[in-house]
Amino acid sequence: MKVVPMPEEVRVNEETMTLDRANARSFINPPDMNALELALQLRERHGGVVTVLSMGPPFFERYLRLTLCAGADRVVLLSDRAFGGADTLGTSRTLAAGIEKIGGFDLVLCGEESSDGATAQVPPGIAEWLDLPQVTYALSVDIDLPNRRLSARREVKGGHERLLAPLPAVVSVKQGINEPRFIDWSLKPWADSVDRVTVWSAQDLEVPLEEVGTAGSATVVAGVSQSPTRERRRERLTGDPARIARELAERLRPFLFGPERGP
Amino acid sequence: MSSGAYGRDEANGLWVYLEERQGRLEGVSLELLGKGRELADLLGVPLTALLVGYALGDLPNEAVAAGADVVLVADHPALQAYTTEPFTRVVASVVNERRPEALLLGATPNGRDLAGRLAVRLRTGLTADCTGLSVDPERRLLLGEVVGFGGGIVATIVCPERRPQMATVRPGIFPRPERRRGRRGEIVPVPVRLDPRDTRVRVLERSVGEEVDLTRATAIVAVGRGMRGELALAERLASLLGAEIGGTRVAADLGWIERSRQIGQTGVVTRPRLAVCCGVSGAIHFMVGVEAADCIVAINTDPDAAIFEQADYAVVEDAFAVLPHLIEALSETKVRATP
Repeated sequence: MKVVPMPEEVRVNEETMTLDRANARSFINPPDMNALELALQLRERHGGVVTVLSMGPPFFERYLRLTLCAGADRVVLLSDRAFGGADTLGTSRTLAAGIEKIGGFDLVLCGEESSDGATAQVPPGIAEWLDLPQVTYALSVDIDLPNRRLSARREVKGGHERLLAPLPAVVSVKQGINEPRFIDWSLKPWADSVDRVTVWSAQDLEVPLEEVGTAGSATVVAGVSQSPTRERRRERLTGDPARIARELAERLRPFLFGPERGP
Repeated sequence: MSSGAYGRDEANGLWVYLEERQGRLEGVSLELLGKGRELADLLGVPLTALLVGYALGDLPNEAVAAGADVVLVADHPALQAYTTEPFTRVVASVVNERRPEALLLGATPNGRDLAGRLAVRLRTGLTADCTGLSVDPERRLLLGEVVGFGGGIVATIVCPERRPQMATVRPGIFPRPERRRGRRGEIVPVPVRLDPRDTRVRVLERSVGEEVDLTRATAIVAVGRGMRGELALAERLASLLGAEIGGTRVAADLGWIERSRQIGQTGVVTRPRLAVCCGVSGAIHFMVGVEAADCIVAINTDPDAAIFEQADYAVVEDAFAVLPHLIEALSETKVRATP
């Protein structure tokens, strides 16, 4: 899971060409909540333990604790300055190391993409680092524990397909595939107890420092700018609807033509 | 930094990965051949297309006609349906053997699925979902433009050291190239060697229909929350204009339009001659998908709606009051949108 800033509250620092999210409020990346809901439903059907894993700065912890109030069993946060500045290569490496350290898992569920980066690369990246089968853009997932396999429906362009994959596997889920349950605030004292959240550093993960963070990243941001908007005519048409329509039809003439000159 | 598969000194050539669907090349693959041709000329290198699948017929020739100098064809029965691992295996192996400087893929669901896995296998950088591409011929860098944070911010991403430089590109960003039937190119079969581990995932069933392709629409009538799910008027206008119906995320989430008609950040990027936006507030997530339109008309009851700032013609009125008159006025001249 990832904690992402509210888009409208992020500003570009034009001097340093970096994003300033210091004053932006945050929330849990929406499709990650769908992944959590799916995990909780699978636990209800098949048993097991739901561990929430994230990589990020220490402040992520207070958001991640909310997932405990929603029903997760434990939280692991990978947090170390060495992990900072990672692109998807470094991020997926770090998360894969965290998953290996947790160990004994059947299924890794992720949101399809994050609302800030929107690359959708991290789930396939994790699968590759762990040498596991992957299913991306899943619409539904069921698991068959005795036969150690999962069946999933996933979205492809113009339709969907049904897949069968062995467990363990990495699955990314489409946003909105289910209705994430409400947070149960009565669980707050339990969720706030110290031992519900484990924080691991680079040293804990025993991961080579050249494979994580900036050092483990292959891409660099060469520039950032506020999105330019194209100049528009911004002509307001007023009057009664019939008159507006006639004027508009007139204005649209350059973009239209009669069927006699047909396409 | 741990190194990638090969270094920049050994890398040469610009590649486009071609995606096949139901016997045809994906629109975005053709778009990439067009843009790739331009970038390859700037870099002074050949443009290579990589086509992976089974019984690919005339598609290699089509790739040549669309601008490829060389088409590498991996044709094998095991590659009939896309699954991640066999396709990753084939592409990684031919990339490692022939060492391109850059590899472009379409940001379709399967293109992104493949690219994410491939980039880690090659230990290289991938700029995802680009909305613009250029090159720096001197430093031999691919510059990928990506929009972040709902479209408010544009970042330029480069992959300075590792090769290949990978990028996925959104459908509809670049125009489709003209097909030149007489163009000459080289079609080269490449060997397919798969590992038993690659076939762990099986496709049981696939249901793919002919879906609308809004990236190709000449005109679009876009509906938003203000249309309250009543699309009859919008549909009449669309049919009059030869336009496609599109809409906001809300319209898709509420089931008023199919998902393939969703415009914007999480939908499709369109480039019509004309976009008539009805009951659309103009959130930046949506505007990303219509900002390339030659003309934007906005009809909305809220005089403060953001969309009026980005419209050519702004109508502060209830769409339900204006559309019947607009349909009537346009019917009189029997107009259609120019292609």
